[in-house]
Amino acid sequence: MKTFTSNPFYKFIIFPVGQMLAFILGAGTLLSVIIILLAYIFRGSVTNLDLVERTITILPKVLIDGITIGFVYATIALGYTMVYGVLEFINFSHSEIFMVGGVVGVELLRYFDAQGSLATMNEYVVIGMAIVLGMVIAGGLAVTVERIAYKPLRGAPRLVPLISAIGMSFILQDAVRLILGLTTGEFNVILPQFGTFDEFQILTIPGIANAVQIQNKTILLIAVTVMMLVGLNFLVNGTKIGKAIRAVAQDRPTASLMGINVNLIISLTFLIGGALGGAAGVLFALKVTRLDPFVGFFPGLKAFTAAVLGGIGNLTGALLGGLVLGLLESFGASYLGIFTEGAFGAEYKDILAFAILIIILIFRPSGLLGQTVGQKA
Amino acid sequence: MKNFFDNFYARINNGKNPYYVTFGLLILGAVLVYISPRSLLAFMILMLCPMAIYFLNMETKIKVLIGILLAVVIIPVLGIRNIFYLEVIFQISVFAALALGLNIVVGMAGLLDLGYVAFYAVGAYLWAIFGSKQLSLLYSVPGAAAASAEFSLDPRWFWLFLFLGLALAALTGILLGLPVLRLRGDYLAIVTLGFGEVIRVLALNLDKPINLTNGPQGITPIQRPPLPPSYIMDVFRNILEPIVGHEVTDAQFYNVFFYFIALIVIMVAIVVARRLEDSRIGRAWTAIREDETAAIAMGIPLVQMKLYAFAAGASFAGIMGVIYGANRTFVSPESFSFLQSIGVLTMVILGGLGSIPGVIIGAAVVVFLNIQVLQTFSLFLSSLRQSDAVIPIINFAWRDLSNQLDPAKYQKLVFGLILVIMMIYRPAGLIPAERRQRELTHEEDE
Repeated sequence: MKTFTSNPFYKFIIFPVGQMLAFILGAGTLLSVIIILLAYIFRGSVTNLDLVERTITILPKVLIDGITIGFVYATIALGYTMVYGVLEFINFSHSEIFMVGGVVGVELLRYFDAQGSLATMNEYVVIGMAIVLGMVIAGGLAVTVERIAYKPLRGAPRLVPLISAIGMSFILQDAVRLILGLTTGEFNVILPQFGTFDEFQILTIPGIANAVQIQNKTILLIAVTVMMLVGLNFLVNGTKIGKAIRAVAQDRPTASLMGINVNLIISLTFLIGGALGGAAGVLFALKVTRLDPFVGFFPGLKAFTAAVLGGIGNLTGALLGGLVLGLLESFGASYLGIFTEGAFGAEYKDILAFAILIIILIFRPSGLLGQTVGQKA
Repeated sequence: MKNFFDNFYARINNGKNPYYVTFGLLILGAVLVYISPRSLLAFMILMLCPMAIYFLNMETKIKVLIGILLAVVIIPVLGIRNIFYLEVIFQISVFAALALGLNIVVGMAGLLDLGYVAFYAVGAYLWAIFGSKQLSLLYSVPGAAAASAEFSLDPRWFWLFLFLGLALAALTGILLGLPVLRLRGDYLAIVTLGFGEVIRVLALNLDKPINLTNGPQGITPIQRPPLPPSYIMDVFRNILEPIVGHEVTDAQFYNVFFYFIALIVIMVAIVVARRLEDSRIGRAWTAIREDETAAIAMGIPLVQMKLYAFAAGASFAGIMGVIYGANRTFVSPESFSFLQSIGVLTMVILGGLGSIPGVIIGAAVVVFLNIQVLQTFSLFLSSLRQSDAVIPIINFAWRDLSNQLDPAKYQKLVFGLILVIMMIYRPAGLIPAERRQRELTHEEDE
């Protein structure tokens, strides 16, 4: 058994993917069971439709939506959690890094579109290029922001870098708006139509026609994020760099005594987190097809919630938190309106995320997977 | 540079110089504003006057006298001549009160509240719901207002609602504080941010199942408290009209009226904040801010003290919310966004965390920047855009400049720059609080 678990193939591919599957299946099944039970209990109070039947009909779509947005949250949450792990500070401008990644990716696609070459190129190559460009720019930007706004403040009281990060987030939003406004005349960025990403794959379960419909871009999104998460897992747990990152996260002074270049590792953390955020931005843009400079705020906050939900500083926790939050939000957005006959609708999904955050912080501030740690300084 | 300022300050603060400087500024400012009511510079000179009163060494009696002369006579008269100034000063007082309240939470107690504007919204919506026709529209669809609807309360209830708004906001602060105040600083920041958004989303969506807030359209009209009886107003009218040179309407009197309400509230707020700072509670807040563990060890009831801070800060915002709602006769969720919360935070940070004169000046600077400097710059750019002018060296016609380059819309950039630059170069603010300055210069060991 020991030889099997230490096999790198198992350790870095099968185990993390299995873990993700377990999280999805566990959280998905649990929420489905709860919602169907609730539907049975409340079916008398809703008169205009058969609550149970309706609940079950839309369940696959709700689950898929939840998992999709959950992976986006998880990918952004990793950026928060890595920085928090190393520096113990909430990188408030991470949501803007995410937005910049998305905008850059879409702008590349729009550039190809304007050249007329978008239709002739292989769609997967194009989207791959957009993701890579988004990662490079967003990662570089994250490092730059760290150098300018956070590095001079290391060792200051806790709230000082946080306020600086809030300021940086505002600067980035308006800077992107300014650049877009001056170059294209308006600050909305709309994804050009291309490829077959909007088409549906239809799975038929025996007995139910069109049981599950998945858009191609949803499959792409999940595939890319899973690959990145596996890659990150390998980087952090399987390489020397990862060891250095973990060491710095555990104890910065001691790590520097061991000959680790702490500043380099911190920059690297921002680079990795920023790159993940940038990729998530491009994938998010593919999903929502329309971005503006202020689009990062809510995904960013929810990703932070996800990071806290899973236990901040804990990479697996960020993944679990993202998926759970995505599923909860999708369930809330879809079922709240049905259960209350339209009195409360999907508008309240943002409140739901904050309610979860507050509940988690009150009852289990260390998160689902986090360990209780004392407050440092 | 610093040396130069010190010398300059010492020189004008010497002997009888303060009197000359203050009176000079007062008379120069008043005359300039009177002659050219639209000039930005003239207004700035006049605004230097209160600073001179505060910072220079003069006999207290004379300080009070000039202050009253400026606040009660000169500003209202000049304000009626150009109503825009009164609007600027009203906004400065509203935000100064908000900044004073947030200063209690962030500056004195050290709890970062990113959703402060929520308490402001609570006050504004309280009077908006009771002081408008909304109560009789509860079961109607938003937008399709019944013409027969009537105001549910007499406008004189406004005075009572000032205190109800204060109490409700304080209560909201306590209710929010109870579960979250045990969290550490940065978590608390995010939770309060979330709370601010929750209040905004509620205001946006509580038009169903019952129409409480009228959704995104906002509530209007909201009643204003009645002006004093007409024979008193006529006396003022007869005095003022020859001086300002045009007819004085009721709307203009309302501006002066709200200016005085705001002035009284801000005076009370300053006194309360001052007294709190030196009280037992204030010292407990400082202790908590500097070291929670040590504060507990000294027997300070942590959660209770933090709740006091939240409630006190919130009540400032609540009362100003009621005034704001009545002044605008309109509230909508847009006015209570995250941007507003950060705006108030920017004022506090710019002026100096924990420093009462600091945050008032911070509020004045930020409001002035927002609605005067950026607007003027925007107008200037748009006039350039309509002209045939060309930037010389690079041969760029102003006409081709994108409409997106509108400085008035880039508040976020301004706030962001202020926050980052202040945090890096001057974390204690423009006018640091004495205690805070000591704290920030000490090396914090981790």
